[in-house]
Amino acid sequence: MKKLAVFLSVILLLAMACLVPSKAQEAPPAQLYGALQKIKESGKVVIGHREASVPFSFLDDQKQPAGFSVDLCLQIVEEIKTELGMPDLTVEFTAVNPQTRIPLIANNTIDLECGSTTNNLTRRKQVDYALTTFVTGTKLLVKKDSGIKEIEDLAGKSVAVSQGTTNERVIKAFIEANNIDARIVNVKEVAEGLLSLETDRVDALGSDDILLYGQIVRSKTPDTLEVVGRRLSYDPYAIMMRRDDSALRLVADRRLSKLFASGEFNTIYSKWFEPLKIGENTVPVPMGDGLKNAVELQAFPE
Amino acid sequence: MRYNWNWSILFEDPYLGWILSGLGLTVLVSSLAWVIALVLGSLVGIARTVPVAWVRTLAGFYVEPFRNIPLLVQMFLWFFVLPEIVPEGMGRWLKRDLPYPEFWTTVIGLGFYTAARVADQVRAGIESVPKGKTQAGLASGLTWTQIYRFILLPLSYRLMLPPLTSEFLIIYKNSSLGLTIGLLELTAQARQIEDYTFQGFEAYITASLLYALITILLLVATQGLERQLRIPGLIQRGT
Amino acid sequence: MLNFDLQVIWQELPFLGQGLLTTLLFATLSILVGLVLGTLLALMRLSPFPPFFWLATAYINLFRSIPILLGIFWFYFLVPFIIGRSLGNFASAFIAFVQFEAAYYSEIIRAGIQSVPQGQIGAGLASGLNYPQVMWLIVLPQAFRNMIPPLLTQSIVLFQDTSLISVINVREFMGASRIIAEKEGRPVEIYIFAALIYLLVCLISSQLVKFLEQRTDPKRRRSTETVAVVG
Repeated sequence: MKKLAVFLSVILLLAMACLVPSKAQEAPPAQLYGALQKIKESGKVVIGHREASVPFSFLDDQKQPAGFSVDLCLQIVEEIKTELGMPDLTVEFTAVNPQTRIPLIANNTIDLECGSTTNNLTRRKQVDYALTTFVTGTKLLVKKDSGIKEIEDLAGKSVAVSQGTTNERVIKAFIEANNIDARIVNVKEVAEGLLSLETDRVDALGSDDILLYGQIVRSKTPDTLEVVGRRLSYDPYAIMMRRDDSALRLVADRRLSKLFASGEFNTIYSKWFEPLKIGENTVPVPMGDGLKNAVELQAFPE
Repeated sequence: MRYNWNWSILFEDPYLGWILSGLGLTVLVSSLAWVIALVLGSLVGIARTVPVAWVRTLAGFYVEPFRNIPLLVQMFLWFFVLPEIVPEGMGRWLKRDLPYPEFWTTVIGLGFYTAARVADQVRAGIESVPKGKTQAGLASGLTWTQIYRFILLPLSYRLMLPPLTSEFLIIYKNSSLGLTIGLLELTAQARQIEDYTFQGFEAYITASLLYALITILLLVATQGLERQLRIPGLIQRGT
Repeated sequence: MLNFDLQVIWQELPFLGQGLLTTLLFATLSILVGLVLGTLLALMRLSPFPPFFWLATAYINLFRSIPILLGIFWFYFLVPFIIGRSLGNFASAFIAFVQFEAAYYSEIIRAGIQSVPQGQIGAGLASGLNYPQVMWLIVLPQAFRNMIPPLLTQSIVLFQDTSLISVINVREFMGASRIIAEKEGRPVEIYIFAALIYLLVCLISSQLVKFLEQRTDPKRRRSTETVAVVG
């Protein structure tokens, strides 16, 4: 009798345990899941931003996050507000750098990464991206009198690259494949690279060409620097988010599509790139063909 | 949230190489820094006890800044500031021609910081030797140098063994600060593996175990040493 | 390049000041929570109850053998996978930090408790007090008086260690300094300034500690350096 009671109570307990919803279950399509569920429950969106990725994501003079990508992300936040019916959604900003941006997306610390991140297939194993918002490629920043014009001229010289970027991989691969005797110096991110170049620690800085223009305007001596070389890689930028979250992806892409179609994207582009400026320094960066095509092709119909 | 365990990835190339090189750098940096700390720290510590006032004060000027500025800030001073305030030629050499600048900067920064701590231990050790011994030495006609050499130093170092071994362990942990100036030591490698493979738990657990292993090995080694050199009858402070 | 640009420091003083306030806030909270947790750990370590003893010993040894930076990374990058959500960088740094400092404090506190003569405990128990009362009313007050110098010294070390949390982008003093140094391209002025501020705060604190020591027990040989320096 006692054994039967024990047996029955165990069965009962197990049955009750099965009723407790497990987090790993996929919610039925009508319900929220993933980032949207988290945003709904916490009442805030956490955006990862960069500290000096001019003009995409950086700290302005009031030390607040600002930039082209940040503006696009705030647009996406507006779309999330509509989607979830939460007009009072708050936005929280967290600083990231190339080494921490992917881990912080993966562990739920940030919901959207709004910086200057290249969308490539390897990263898509760990994260997902919204529609492409910029097109660029790896080039070199050098001092005008250095005589360096292409990556091959780096023989016997040193080049700074940021750890964890596509530029690092491309430059390392090129140097190794062609046996160029160049020294690679790792920096935390592109702003530190500018510092290294200006203080003569390195002869060149390798990064996406648009970021290099951004560093020129940040510099106190912009006339001594120039961007040289052919594009060593194809780097389409996109806003990063967690993998397997089509609901969030749809919200983001929907908003971006609207911006592309209505021409508002071009307005935002002009705000930050025509011209690209910090303080007194300006550099005009007209929209390239690659980006124009991307805007046209990605304006998906309703 | 899901997490897929995959321990085998740590044994694959290049990740295994990364862990080993990280471990190697940690050990190398810590050992070299310890040599600097011991030598410099002893000199300063002894200088703090000599019966010449200006020497003592001067030595004090060394200890105070190095003990009251965080190690992280000190590393940044060595790495970013020093090359800019020395003469142009030396600055250039430091920034470009010095091989592995992150490595040497970490060694120097760690060494000088720990030297200040060692100096305090040495001073405390020397001061804790009963005054009677020094006086006996003076009475017997020994010079101060001889007193230091034959009485004070041998006794005080054996007394100081526990706190000194504690400092050695602390250096190992502080070597992790090298990652802030780009040194790819053990902690940095664990982070890099996490970034590349997403097997963060495996990487971090391995790094933690390796640090714990180093600690245990050092404790065992120094306990043996302590037992050999213990002086019966004099106060022995436990770690 | 010996043209010091003090203008930069002057301009950014508000931002740096905010960072310093964050540091002070973080340090104060860590010290308070660390002391409480550390006392608990010390009592557990001294307890005759095996589970408490072994748990405390394992904890203390773990947190004394790995670097604080590794611990901070653990809490920031990996713990979210365990608990399903992230704590943000301030909270992650705080929880990690407190756990390490508690381990260091607990060793000092344990030494302090052990330095109270056994007879006190015996007398207390004989007077009819139970063990917790003996601890609270007799042992701990005396132990803490003995421990104040090394505890304060450890707190100064804790204050310096707060600079480590800048690695996960917490905008405390060192983090704020880094942002300015990189933004303005003037690492020399900013880092020297930061070093001077830390030096000032720690020197003043050390002097206060020495002053307190003299006042509480001028006859005792200075115990600040002779107790094995933990940390």
